[in-house]
Amino acid sequence: MNTDAILSFEEAMEKYDPVLGFEVHVELNTKTKMFSSAPNVFGDEPNTNVNEVDLGMPGVLPVVNKAAIESSIKIGLALNCKIAESCRFARKNYFYPDTPKNFQTSQYDEPIAYDGYLDIELSDGTVFRVEIERAHMEEDAGKLTHMGGATGRIQGADFSLVDYNRAGVPLVEIVTKPIEGAGSRAPELAKAYVAAVREIVKNLGVSDAKMERGNVRCDANVSLRPHGRERFGIRSETKNVNSLRAVEHAVRYEIQRHAAVLDSGEPVIQETRHWHEDTRTTTSGRAKSDADDYRYFPEPDLVPVVPSREWVEELRATLPEPPAARRKRLQADWGYSDLEFRDVVNAGVMDEIEETIAAGASASVARKWWMGEIVGRAKNADVDPGQLGVQPATIVELARMVEEGKINNKMASEVLDGVLAGEGTPADIVEKRGLAVVSDDGPLLEAIDAALAAQPDVADKIRGGKVQAIGAIVGGVMKATRGQADAARVRELILEKLGVTV
Amino acid sequence: MTDNNELIRLSAADLAEKLAAGEVTSVEVTQAYLDRIAAVDGGERGVNAFLHVNAEEALAVAAEVDATRAAGGAEAEALHVLAGVPVAVKDLIVTVGQPTTAGSKILEGWHSPYDATVVERLRAAKMPILGKTNLDEFAMGSSTEHSAYGPTRNPWDLDRIPGGSGGGSAAAVAAFEAPLALGTDTGGSIRQPGAVTGTVGVKPTYGSVSRYGAIAMASSLDQIGPVSRTVLDSALLHQVIGGHDPHDSTSLPDPLADLVAAAKTGNVEGLRIGIIKELHGEGYQAGVENRFNDALELLKEAGAQIVEVSCPNFQYALGAYYLIMPSEASSNLAKFDGVRYGLRVLPEDGPMTIERVMGATRAAGFGDEVKRRIILGTYALSAGYYDAYYGSAQKVRTLVQRDFEAAFTVADVLISPTAPTTAFRLGEKLDDPLAMYLNDVATIPANLAGVPGLSLPGGLADEDGLPVGIQLLAPAREDARLYRVGAVLEALLEAKWGGPLLAQAPDLIAGVAGSASSVVEPVETLEAQEAK
Repeated sequence: MNTDAILSFEEAMEKYDPVLGFEVHVELNTKTKMFSSAPNVFGDEPNTNVNEVDLGMPGVLPVVNKAAIESSIKIGLALNCKIAESCRFARKNYFYPDTPKNFQTSQYDEPIAYDGYLDIELSDGTVFRVEIERAHMEEDAGKLTHMGGATGRIQGADFSLVDYNRAGVPLVEIVTKPIEGAGSRAPELAKAYVAAVREIVKNLGVSDAKMERGNVRCDANVSLRPHGRERFGIRSETKNVNSLRAVEHAVRYEIQRHAAVLDSGEPVIQETRHWHEDTRTTTSGRAKSDADDYRYFPEPDLVPVVPSREWVEELRATLPEPPAARRKRLQADWGYSDLEFRDVVNAGVMDEIEETIAAGASASVARKWWMGEIVGRAKNADVDPGQLGVQPATIVELARMVEEGKINNKMASEVLDGVLAGEGTPADIVEKRGLAVVSDDGPLLEAIDAALAAQPDVADKIRGGKVQAIGAIVGGVMKATRGQADAARVRELILEKLGVTV
Repeated sequence: MTDNNELIRLSAADLAEKLAAGEVTSVEVTQAYLDRIAAVDGGERGVNAFLHVNAEEALAVAAEVDATRAAGGAEAEALHVLAGVPVAVKDLIVTVGQPTTAGSKILEGWHSPYDATVVERLRAAKMPILGKTNLDEFAMGSSTEHSAYGPTRNPWDLDRIPGGSGGGSAAAVAAFEAPLALGTDTGGSIRQPGAVTGTVGVKPTYGSVSRYGAIAMASSLDQIGPVSRTVLDSALLHQVIGGHDPHDSTSLPDPLADLVAAAKTGNVEGLRIGIIKELHGEGYQAGVENRFNDALELLKEAGAQIVEVSCPNFQYALGAYYLIMPSEASSNLAKFDGVRYGLRVLPEDGPMTIERVMGATRAAGFGDEVKRRIILGTYALSAGYYDAYYGSAQKVRTLVQRDFEAAFTVADVLISPTAPTTAFRLGEKLDDPLAMYLNDVATIPANLAGVPGLSLPGGLADEDGLPVGIQLLAPAREDARLYRVGAVLEALLEAKWGGPLLAQAPDLIAGVAGSASSVVEPVETLEAQEAK
């Protein structure tokens, strides 16, 4: 178990200045893989989306996927990068069974996009510029599953299974320059940066951008230096931090851990760290040093990628509206106040609300559901709201049921719990849990008769024209039907019964 | 029907003509070659050109061609000119339905799930594939002695090497076990075996024949090409396998020139033929030098203009080659790790970790020459050494390319001996890698520059009576020039010899132990092959 000492975040901030750096891997959603014609599909039976190229069979050769280059250029442009006039792939040589050729084909010293930036808006509206060093193309590795151990990690496992479906899936790796000056907002900036990258690639349509599926994966580099010192401290690299909340937490934790190490007078070890969502801590991975020798050399099986300037400009012209502009537009379309909209953005449910509205909900209903119901549940479950798996159609359905008076808001919330628990569709749950608003007038009329008989004085008042007194009778009926009656219908029936027209 | 002994000695072009005229069937031709293989290839002192004989499939394809031809009509008309003409394939090139070993234990018994592009094209042309030919392991060698399946013997002298790495393809063609074969040439593996076996071999322009399905040794140097007994036959086969392939990114988009027409041009008048000063003279066997001079004389008489060119950076080519080739090979051969296919060897004791299984597999599966080159290449690519070794070698490569460019401003075609010596004895250079490497000194520059090269028989060396090869080199994409000049020189030489050089080769049947009879019944042959 993890026994690293940590300092409180506040104390760490008093003493040290954090410097961050991110490597975000984006899996492209091209139809086929980076260098082969095998399908690029997530979640299929292991080792079915592979051909001889993906398996590194003798004699095979790679062919670059043009769609992947196009997506990479779009990402580069959206990150305000320059697009290389000519760039090459290289081989990164290392023996590991998830890499079928025992080398990864990756861009090395000639990335397709370089020298860009991204302006990140923090929760209070402050804009922080993150410099992008490069965005380069590479292929993903296969997926190893370690079997027999208690932890699912390689240590203690009896054997490992490998699935090459992911081998060769196109990736774009976006590398920032060192990010200085974020101070105590470093964890928040980390989360906002990754969120912004995810938003961009989703908006471009080049990636499914689902962090829970590993479409967007973040390696977070953290180092500390005493205030006022220019030279960077020694960094750690926390691998595969795969949710926005985790990015924030991991950066925060590493700052606290580094501070404790530095305080103790020990040197920080340059190493990779593993993030543990359960304990919200990191543990030491592999020591990383300059001695790692991947023996890079230019990939001789591929010719240079030479995107013509015309093509680049064509792609630039087709870029969708940038996220910041999109946010302005959406706020106007939806009619949210500044505060409402910022809450939505900070809660990370803007895309979800947009999808919900697209599915047929009104802007206010969508906001009510996401902000009022789902965000709270996500917080309790300790996941990002989008990860709960709420479908826009579900919300539209629930809202419709409430509007039609089939269920009330309280019930709708309960139905949502049922949907999230996997009990079926909203209609199924209403049925199974017997939640339907009682709309059969028979039982209602009985309850109304009983309520009127119980409070004859109130009944007289209503007959006499004091219609506002009806609340006491309605309340009685609702109580008798355990809240399942449609209050509006109850009111109508009472008035009818008493012969009062309003 | 032609006598089998005559049939197997016909050129592919003549066979094609006889097949088209209905004078002989493809089944008869294919069976004649299978019989020849059965007669001379196996046994203690057999040629050992074949690692696998594909009799059943070859005969089935032959029968299909015969049936199509017999039926006549549009389909018969549409048959490729080489339809029904058998061919052998170097065992570095993957084939469905036959094992592919690359001459290595590490791939013993492996069957490829896909066909190389060149094999697809052979199949599309309906050429029966006789089998897979022997080679130095992963094409690493100049003698075929580094095959894990025993050396191939030179049909001219069974105690000598047939060259390498494609000794199997060259020997098969020289021993009349096949009319045509495919080879691969990374530093001379088609041309040098051609030279020492008295056959023709062509390394096409880099990118003009797809490499998809050729097990890579050095990707930037490897090229598949034809092996045959005549220049025209190589042109015919080159025409089948060449042309753009979307599976190979380095494949040239240009349409293939009419190489067959080039081979039939019939004159060299006015062509400027450049002698490369650095590729003859010192270090070259006297008999080789003499035959080279004879060839120059004949070309001059035929109206070619002989000029001398200097390529000063060629002296560094061998050194650069032995850095670039092993560097790429060290990476290309990393995939042979026992995880997905091929040999898997478990460590004898200790923990059964992936690193140790990979290590044990590679230790047991690779031969010494392969290990030597992997170690060399790994070292050359290492951090701190990369610039001095791989980087410098790439600079030399550029200089060699510039030497060629300069030479081709004054000459249309360059000429040199293909190899500095005739075939050496089996075992003679096995313990001296540097001496072995020197055999490729004249062939390597073409691979470094990507230009095409052709080797054709230049006669027999005075001192040992063994074949000498003449190499022709042309600018990239100008393969046609090689066929034009090669065919003319071949015709002049054959006129001088009174027939093909191979007619002077010893009768193998008498030399092969256990093959007393030259007449082998087809049925017995097939069984013998099964048992092999």
